[in-house]
Amino acid sequence: MARLLTYSDKDTWIHRLSGVTKLLFFLLWSVAGMLTYDTRVLLTMLVISLIMYKLSKTEWRQVGTVFKFILFFLCLNLLTIFAISPYQGTEIYGTKTEIVHLFWHYTLTREQLFYEFNIMLKYFTVIPVVLIFIVTTNPSEFAASLNRIGISYRAGYAVAIALRYVPDVQSDFTKIRHAQEARGIEMSSKASLYKRLKSMAAIIFPLIFSSMDRIDVVGNAMELRGFGKNKKRTWYSGKALTMNDYLVMAFVVIFCIGAMAVTFHDGSRFYNPFV
Amino acid sequence: MKTKFGIKEVVAIGIGTALFIVLTNVQVPFGIIPNTALQSRVAVLTFFAAVFGPVVGGAIGLIGHALGDALFYGGIWWSWVFPDAVFGILVGLFAKKYAVKDGGFTTAKIMIFFNVVQVIANAIAWIGLAPVLDILIYAEPAEKVFIQGALAFVGNIVVAGVLGTLLAYTYSKVGGKSSSLKKED
Repeated sequence: MARLLTYSDKDTWIHRLSGVTKLLFFLLWSVAGMLTYDTRVLLTMLVISLIMYKLSKTEWRQVGTVFKFILFFLCLNLLTIFAISPYQGTEIYGTKTEIVHLFWHYTLTREQLFYEFNIMLKYFTVIPVVLIFIVTTNPSEFAASLNRIGISYRAGYAVAIALRYVPDVQSDFTKIRHAQEARGIEMSSKASLYKRLKSMAAIIFPLIFSSMDRIDVVGNAMELRGFGKNKKRTWYSGKALTMNDYLVMAFVVIFCIGAMAVTFHDGSRFYNPFV
Repeated sequence: MKTKFGIKEVVAIGIGTALFIVLTNVQVPFGIIPNTALQSRVAVLTFFAAVFGPVVGGAIGLIGHALGDALFYGGIWWSWVFPDAVFGILVGLFAKKYAVKDGGFTTAKIMIFFNVVQVIANAIAWIGLAPVLDILIYAEPAEKVFIQGALAFVGNIVVAGVLGTLLAYTYSKVGGKSSSLKKED
């Protein structure tokens, strides 16, 4: 089982920011990263992301495995795009500058390279921010934050329960898998597709049914404690907003508006160096 | 229809999302095209939507996919998050009809109905919504995203159809308490 990213308690100004601020930052940042294809904006965002990564004192061993995994998928994705649509870049930028003819109908063009370079940049501008968000935000505080920005506390609590029970469900999963492997099911890639689907079922059935029992247990416990009786509730780990929170929020809002203005001022989301 | 968002729903969303996240990388890849596989988490989503209804289904799809992506891959592919939510809502809309909890999901008729809903919901989500969002949001090449969407469609139909139906059937048999009393002769 791959290692999950988890929160780690450190004392930097990013850790001290409220979860609301980080959530807002992360959402706006990923929306901006999604919409823009402007290379200049993407490069600026990349530099800012890297500075924040440094400031958050995130260590490589916390995120290294996940990062390599992302890198692998990124490469695979870039290759697939080239394999299926080798002239997407030409279509977007309107010119065709050939570099070298490869084989069959595949010709490497500058436009395609530039287009795929932009896709890669898009990944790299958002990844550090997601990583920082997860390793610096306390899950309980995150649930409190959701409530603070106006989301119903029931929804906030559902998210808190999800984050709280991920490790429990994960350990159930491991136990069940070991038990089933001891009984002789094959989970590795040596087995055929049908066999693997069958062994998948052998793990999922007990896992889901034991979780259904857990829903009853947790639900009853919450009912006994009067959950949902009042319109509001208080949070143990809720944080008040500080000066830094407002500054960061102001920065990200202004930055994203600016980024959109630069991106769309000529009516296209692509920055075109070819004409 | 009871629209109240009660404790059971809150907990079902929480635990269902946790299951969905944990099963994120328990999958059998197709191998050729990146990011497509027979995903076991689809079975969780389908089952929970069928048992608890559209709100729980939609929320598990949305929160589970977004958090699962972030926790495992460090990035969120929004254009594939929303289709999962839509799929959960569509399957969940007919939860009353399946009556999984009350032991009603045992006849061939209801299973066929469930699978028709499931296939239509998958088609809307993966052939319709996901590729269109990919093109609109990320400006990815159309051919590529439609191939990925079609593969996700096929994979999810298999998982939801086989594992989803079996889960609902078994749970209906085991957990169906409202009809398990028989009159003594």
